[in-house]
Amino acid sequence: MKNANGSVFKYGDNVDTDVIIPARYLNSTEAADLAAHCMEDIDKTFVSRVSAGDIMVAGKNFGCGSSREHAPIAIKAAGVSCVIAETFARIFYRNAINIGLPIVECPEAAAEINEGDRVNIDFDSGIITDETTGKKYQGQAFPPFMQKIIDCEGLVNYINQNG
Amino acid sequence: MSKMTMSQKILAKHAGLDFVSPGQLIEAELDLVLGNDITSPVAIAQMDKLGADGVFDKDKIALVPDHFVPNKDIKSAENCKCVREFARRNKITNYFEVGEMGIEHALLPEKGLTVPGDLIIGADSHTCTYGALGAFSTGVGSTDMAAGMATGKAWFKVPSAIRFNLSGKLPKYVSGKDLILHIIGMIGVDGALYQSMEFTGEGVANLSMDDRFTIANMAIEAGGKNGIFPVDELTVEYLKEHAPGKEYTVFEADEDAEYVQTYDIDLSSLKSTVAFPHLPENARTFDEIGDIAIDQVVIGSCTNGRISDLRAAAEILKGRHIAEGIRCIVIPATQAIYMQALNEGMIATFINAGCVVSTPTCGPCLGGYMGVLASGEKCVSTTNRNFVGRMGAIDSEIYLASPEVAAASALTGKISSPLDI
Ligand code: SF4
Repeated sequence: MKNANGSVFKYGDNVDTDVIIPARYLNSTEAADLAAHCMEDIDKTFVSRVSAGDIMVAGKNFGCGSSREHAPIAIKAAGVSCVIAETFARIFYRNAINIGLPIVECPEAAAEINEGDRVNIDFDSGIITDETTGKKYQGQAFPPFMQKIIDCEGLVNYINQNG
Repeated sequence: MSKMTMSQKILAKHAGLDFVSPGQLIEAELDLVLGNDITSPVAIAQMDKLGADGVFDKDKIALVPDHFVPNKDIKSAENCKCVREFARRNKITNYFEVGEMGIEHALLPEKGLTVPGDLIIGADSHTCTYGALGAFSTGVGSTDMAAGMATGKAWFKVPSAIRFNLSGKLPKYVSGKDLILHIIGMIGVDGALYQSMEFTGEGVANLSMDDRFTIANMAIEAGGKNGIFPVDELTVEYLKEHAPGKEYTVFEADEDAEYVQTYDIDLSSLKSTVAFPHLPENARTFDEIGDIAIDQVVIGSCTNGRISDLRAAAEILKGRHIAEGIRCIVIPATQAIYMQALNEGMIATFINAGCVVSTPTCGPCLGGYMGVLASGEKCVSTTNRNFVGRMGAIDSEIYLASPEVAAASALTGKISSPLDI
C-alpha cells in the first residue's frame, strides 16, 4: 500500500489491547469475529461508524498491555488503513508490522489532528496531510528492513519471498 | 572498551556479533519460543501460511495452555485442541497438559527451561519474567512466534537501558510487588518504552528469587522490552534445584556500560503500594488511600502466584476469617506450588479462612473465568494489569497490590495495610 486516505477516529494516551479487543472475545481467532468487537470497551459505536480506509489517531503508548496479535488483526479487519500515534507500545509495534497494518509515529500529528478530519498519508515519504485543516506533518519513516516487511504485507509473506 | 549492558551482551552473543549498539537491527538465534492457548492457535495458522514443514527444534519450544484452561467453553476447547494436536504432530517435548500445567511464567523457570544467558521470545507479554534468572526474554506476537518456531530466529532492535540501582533491605510485609509498583508509579506506564530495565546494586542480594520474578514480570507494565537481574548465589541455588546439570552462560554488564538513566532506590524506604484503576502507574501508599470497600480479592497469577506469595498471604489469613460478603480466590500458579501449599497446610488455612482455592489457571487475571467482576464491583488483585474491563465489566475496578495487602484486605473488606491487622 502506497498511501492511506480516510476519516479520523481519535483516542487518548495508553489505549491498551484489553480495550482494543477484550479478552472475553479471545476464544476466537477469526479476524471477522475480532473486528466485530474492535474498540468495544472504549468506543461502543466504533464498529458501526468505521468505513474502509479510515484512520486511527492516538496519543502515547498505543497498544500497551497484552501481546495479543488479535489487537492489530481486529483493527485491520475493521477496515482501518493506518494508525498514527505519538508512540506505540513495542509489542503492538512489532505485531502491526508483522501482520502488515501500517502505523506511523508522529507526535505533532497525534496532538493536532481532530476526530473526523480527512487525512492522507504517503507511506514512501512519511508525509501526513490533514486535508480538513490543510496542515502537513512529517511522520517517522520505517528503517528499510521494516519497510520491506510492510511492503510484503507482513512477516509471513516476507519470509516466503526471501527464504 | 565494549560498553555494553547485560541485555546488549546477550543479544550480541546470539546474533554472532562482538558488539551491538542501541537502535541496531539484528537477527538472533533463539533458545526458547513460548506460546499459550490464546496466542499459539494464531501462530499455528501463520506457520501453515509459511508452508513450514515442521519446527526448528522440538526441544526449544514450550506450549502452555493456561489462560482459559481447564477449557472454559467450546471455543477455548477448540483452541486447546489445536495446540495439543500441533504439539503431538511436531513431537514438542515441552507441551504441558492440564494436570501438569501451570501459568507459563511460573512453570517454565520451575521446570528448568529458562536459564541465565538464554535468548527467549514468547507470544505473551509477560515473557519478560525470565530476566529474573539473567536471561534476555521478551514478549512478541503470534507471527513472531510462528517465524521463531519455524526458523529458530527473530529480529530485534537493540534496546538502550535504564538502571535501577538497589540498596538496603525490604521492610516486613513489603515485597517485590511493592517495589515494581513503586517504580512504575515513578516512571509511568511508558517510562521504559523500547528499553531494558536492568536491576543492579547490593540490594539485589536481599531480594528472593520469587521477588525477582515478580519484578521482572512487570517490566512490560512500564513499557519495557525486558527486565533483567544479575546472576548471583541465589540464582545459582535456584538453578541447582530446578535445572540441575543444565549449562548456562553468565553475562555481566560492562563497568562502563551506558544507561539512559540511573535511579537509586533504597529498599528499606519502601512501603506497601497499591495501583489504583485503571493503570499500573497510579501507585499510592496507605497515607494516600482512605476507606475503599471491596467485593473480591484475587491472590495468584504469573506475578504473585508463587510459593512465597501464598506463604505471605497464609501468614496473615491463618486463624482468621475473611470479612462477610467478600469473595477471596486463591490460585497457586503451578501444580508443584499447589502441592507444596497443600503439604505446608496452607490450603487448609485458606479454606478455613473462607477463601476458594482453584487449580492453576490465568482465569480472572484477564477476565476469562473463575472470578469475573460484575458492573461496579471492586477487586484487590495480586495480578499485573488494572486496565478498563480487564477482569470483567467495564465499570468494575481493579486495585493491584502485593499478596500481603490482598490478604489484609480480604480480612477487613476494604483496602488495608497488613500493618493494621
Ligand atoms: S496470569 Fe495474567 S498476566 Fe500472567 S500470563 Fe496469565 S493472563 Fe497473562
